Amino acid sequence: MPEAGAGMTDSEAASSMIHLEHVYLALGDAPILKDVSLDLNKGETGVILGSSGSGKTTILRLLLGLYRPDSGRVFVNGDEVSAMGEDDLYRVRGMMGMVFQGGALFDSLTVGENVAYRLTERDELDDEEVETRVRKSLGFVGLEDSIDLMPAELSGGMKKRVAIARGIAASPKMMLYDEPTAGLDPINSFNVIRLIKKLKESEGVTSVVVTHDLVAAFEVADRIAFIHEGELVYVGDRDGVLACRDTRVHEFLGRSGCVALFSGNGAPAGYSMSGIGRDKV
Amino acid sequence: METPVSLFADKAKLFVHEVQEFSRLCWAGLTGIFKRPRYVREVIYQMDVIGVGSIPIIILTGIFTGMVLALQTSVQLKIFGASMYVGKVVAKSMVSELGPVLASLMVAGRVGSGIAAELGSMVDTEQIDAMKVEGSDPIKKLVVPRLIACVLMLPLLTVIADAVGLFGGQLIAVYQLRIDSAFYWSSAFDILDYRDVIPGLVKPAFFGFIIAMVGSHQGLTTHGGTVGVGRSTTESVVYSSISILASDFFITKFFLYIL
Ligand SMILES: Nc1ncnc2c1ncn2[C@@H]1O[C@H](COP(=O)(O)OP(=O)(O)OP(=O)(O)O)[C@@H](O)[C@H]1O
Ligand SMILES: [Mg+2]
Repeated sequence: MPEAGAGMTDSEAASSMIHLEHVYLALGDAPILKDVSLDLNKGETGVILGSSGSGKTTILRLLLGLYRPDSGRVFVNGDEVSAMGEDDLYRVRGMMGMVFQGGALFDSLTVGENVAYRLTERDELDDEEVETRVRKSLGFVGLEDSIDLMPAELSGGMKKRVAIARGIAASPKMMLYDEPTAGLDPINSFNVIRLIKKLKESEGVTSVVVTHDLVAAFEVADRIAFIHEGELVYVGDRDGVLACRDTRVHEFLGRSGCVALFSGNGAPAGYSMSGIGRDKV
Repeated sequence: METPVSLFADKAKLFVHEVQEFSRLCWAGLTGIFKRPRYVREVIYQMDVIGVGSIPIIILTGIFTGMVLALQTSVQLKIFGASMYVGKVVAKSMVSELGPVLASLMVAGRVGSGIAAELGSMVDTEQIDAMKVEGSDPIKKLVVPRLIACVLMLPLLTVIADAVGLFGGQLIAVYQLRIDSAFYWSSAFDILDYRDVIPGLVKPAFFGFIIAMVGSHQGLTTHGGTVGVGRSTTESVVYSSISILASDFFITKFFLYIL
């Protein structure tokens, strides 16, 4: 893959879905990300943890090419998005789905039109096929009945679920979720977590999940990154984060009662929500 | 250190940057008209919202302008014993200046502010970003249809304003000045020729361009939440109105020179 350039070897580029290399970004005068380097393999689910304002959403926006780093490079599926023109970006974004933190539904369109947006924009499928896909996506989040409502008629949690349905409707290879379970009741959170796992298992979708919901995080994560004020404090596997001695990580997990929940020995005891199925790491 | 000079330099830089961004958007908007994909349904919808939706205020603007014009000029014309020619004055001023400028100012207030507010809220709620992620270019999807609609509809709205204005003038001419209505219309049409009509239709098309582009630019560069949306909306009306009045002067000068 020639685009991978000097920073990545060919074999790395082939297996890696996301590769951030010493990324610095300032918005206005404030430095937001400081020397962030990250990797995520194809088919894996990465979770980004961190307190509010630490730069999690900013990382997702970098991956989508909505922000460009001041220095450093961003690769998605071997393509350097940080060096692409708008036209190429549309091509790369075409294989990504994004669930924005606030939903970002198009408020002039119905729920169904929102979910169908990318499919109708591509104009490859006939109306019936689009409708089937839309209903299927909405079915995953339990909102088939809301297909004709306008976004203004939905509750906050329903908007979030429609945003998830919109994200997955066109079967992207990679999904970015910004706080997918925030504002959802336990049953819907459970369904969303199940959906993230299902997409990974049945379709090999790579996912990046930004969340404060530690139960969800530990449920879906293959890899976890912990970011604090724009700096990566921890990157590694799921169990390592519990053993991590960094005070900022420890405090974050401790305050949530997570350390107590996942008692001592580093092997999270009862974290698996019954019914989601066993995972092996 | 913030000295008055550095403060001024910062402002100047910001202004240059703004002008540069605005020009870039105008270029993207203009070239976007000729590029695929074309959002025909969007264009028709915007023509309806911008054009048909503006007809009531254009009619009101036109009729009162025509009436007051007839009223005012008849007083002056009377001094010279020429009040029967009031139709000429109304026709000339409506078609070459007041129709285009007033219609455009009204549309700037109604439509330009609406464009800025709508796009501004979309920026604020990340819908513009979502649009980019979902695969459509906001300039082609949002700006170009509004641009086409404004450029096509403003000349039509101006024709309506002109016609209604002439009609308003006729009301005053016939019922107050006791002028024969056939004479009013024939004297009105007599004085008009292509030197009034062409600029009278080209100007509103250009003003439509200004309204759409200033509104879109203000909307798309919105920052700072709902307060920012409010600011963009106000600024779009102020900037487009001033640009309309200023460019009217130069376009008029240009047409007087070439025609
Ligand atoms: N447009 C902007 N201009 C300037 N600073 C910004 C802008 N957007 C975000 N920031 C700053 O960047 C930092 C990171 O923002 P980001 O949205 O990535 O945080 P986050 O980790 O997603 O937080 P949360 O969990 O609250 O969503 C914040 O400190 C914020 O103040
Ligand atoms: Mg965020």
